[in-house]
Amino acid sequence: MKITDEMIDYIGILARLRLEEDEKESAKVEMEKIINYMDKLNEVDTTGIEAMSHAFPVKNVFRKDEVRPSVPRDEIIANAPRKKDGCFQVPKTVE
Amino acid sequence: MDEMKWTALEAGRRIRAHEIGVEELTKACLDEIKKTNDTYHSFITICEQEAMAQAKKVQKGIDDGTLTSPLAGVPMAVKDNMCTKGIETTCASKILTGFRPFYSSTAVHRLEEAGAVILGKLNMDEFAMGSTSETSFYGPVVNPWGEQRSPGGSSGGSAAAVAAQQVFYTLGSDTGGSIRQPASFCGVTGLKPTYGAVSRYGLIAYASSLDQIGPVGKNVEDIAEVLHIISGHDPKDSTSVDAPAIKTVLTGDIQGMRIGIPKEYFGEGLQKDVKDRVLEAAKKLEELGAVVEEFSMPEIDYAIPTYYIIACAEASSNLSRFDGVKYGYAPTEYKDLTDLYYKARSQGFGMEVKRRIMIGAFVLSSGYYDAYYKKALQVKAVIKQSFDRAFEKFDCILSPTAPTTALRLGESLSDPLKMYLGDIYTVSVNLAGLPSLVVPCGFDCEGLPVGLQLTGKAFSESTLLNAGYAYQQATQYHKITPFAAGKEA
Repeated sequence: MKITDEMIDYIGILARLRLEEDEKESAKVEMEKIINYMDKLNEVDTTGIEAMSHAFPVKNVFRKDEVRPSVPRDEIIANAPRKKDGCFQVPKTVE
Repeated sequence: MDEMKWTALEAGRRIRAHEIGVEELTKACLDEIKKTNDTYHSFITICEQEAMAQAKKVQKGIDDGTLTSPLAGVPMAVKDNMCTKGIETTCASKILTGFRPFYSSTAVHRLEEAGAVILGKLNMDEFAMGSTSETSFYGPVVNPWGEQRSPGGSSGGSAAAVAAQQVFYTLGSDTGGSIRQPASFCGVTGLKPTYGAVSRYGLIAYASSLDQIGPVGKNVEDIAEVLHIISGHDPKDSTSVDAPAIKTVLTGDIQGMRIGIPKEYFGEGLQKDVKDRVLEAAKKLEELGAVVEEFSMPEIDYAIPTYYIIACAEASSNLSRFDGVKYGYAPTEYKDLTDLYYKARSQGFGMEVKRRIMIGAFVLSSGYYDAYYKKALQVKAVIKQSFDRAFEKFDCILSPTAPTTALRLGESLSDPLKMYLGDIYTVSVNLAGLPSLVVPCGFDCEGLPVGLQLTGKAFSESTLLNAGYAYQQATQYHKITPFAAGKEA
């Protein structure tokens, strides 16, 4: 498969990553090599084989609905680059 | 210094016998780290104050009989992708610089409860993405076996710190070989436990269905003891298996143990010295009573593409949490919220991390999901079945850990696909969720260590550790350090 400029731009939008022009060129070349290598899986006949997300069966894990103290708010926001009045601060998102 | 040569259990014994104090030993380790870290760059953060405070507390606990673990008071260090309360946890990434978690990961917490003294946080590939520990934002780790050599990755700091005798043992994490390959390259012992055996709570996720925390140490006895402390059910990790801690009684008796050698693992691309050493190890195990037999496992050809599709897909999802809002790096200027996301991520992540996020976004994108992601999950099932079949006949599978010995620094960065191909013998183990042990089994013609990989069925850690123990009882490779072998510090 050929990885085009449009594809790289589209993937950039999905991944919220903006590449510099030179990064974009090398990303195109490397991704094409890697994706083409991944196409090797087409050699495997997987008709009727169920997709396996976990190697062992996973099940829902429930616990009792008990009131417990949560982590103090100031500890949680202590690492935020910007905070205000005990909240994470972000740019205005609605006009 | 002489005490740095002790194994972890020996250090613990001497502490309990009052031959050395916990603070004295902690200080000796810290001095050693400060003296040698410029050479190896194995540590990102050294937490001297916290370590000395913990040492004092632990000594008191040992003296009053509340701390009875054989590893109480023994200094160790943790890969920098595990949260440590109040201590900077960076994942070797710019985007998490300055992040101080408000909680500790379960594995770390259990070690601290048992009296471990944590000296610092170990260098690694950024977000554990890499096989050489060169993608770290903080610069590459250097292999104690040669200043031009990579220690492997991603837990390069975890393996190098043990090999360089800076600490007695470490924790690493293994998503596709990240404990085992560095253990092989640095001539130390490492274990990737069964998926779900050790809680992942507080481990910063790379690929959640594959990630597993495990110990790195000087020998099998030490890491068996660490496993005993860190394993066992944790309600905070919903994939943690409801089972008790894994306690292994090492007998060294492997009479009748059935060991399979997959012949496809010894084909093209395998360095001759590595092949010879691993087959010699198989012979040794046979002499010790094991029944060794060759078999076929052709599915190995598909392990790498399957692994990278699944790992990158999960990474692209897991790493979406890094947005410049909640923690870590944020740009100073941005137009709006979307621009903040773009700038924080584009400036905060390194190139290999960006590449894997983008591959992940691609294989999950509309139009390609079935052809790549779903296909990979199906092939994963095929690989799992082939292991299941092998374990009907064998107790464990013996193989090389990596196709080569330690790579030269710089030689992988320019060709990511080539670096991925080096993971051929390790990634399928994670896809199948299995435990896998690496022990040193000799050296190549340049004097670089070779590691033997033993893989078992789910929750057969004790079987693997016992095989490794038998091997180490009969060989000396694990006792040879880079210094004894004539390498300069």
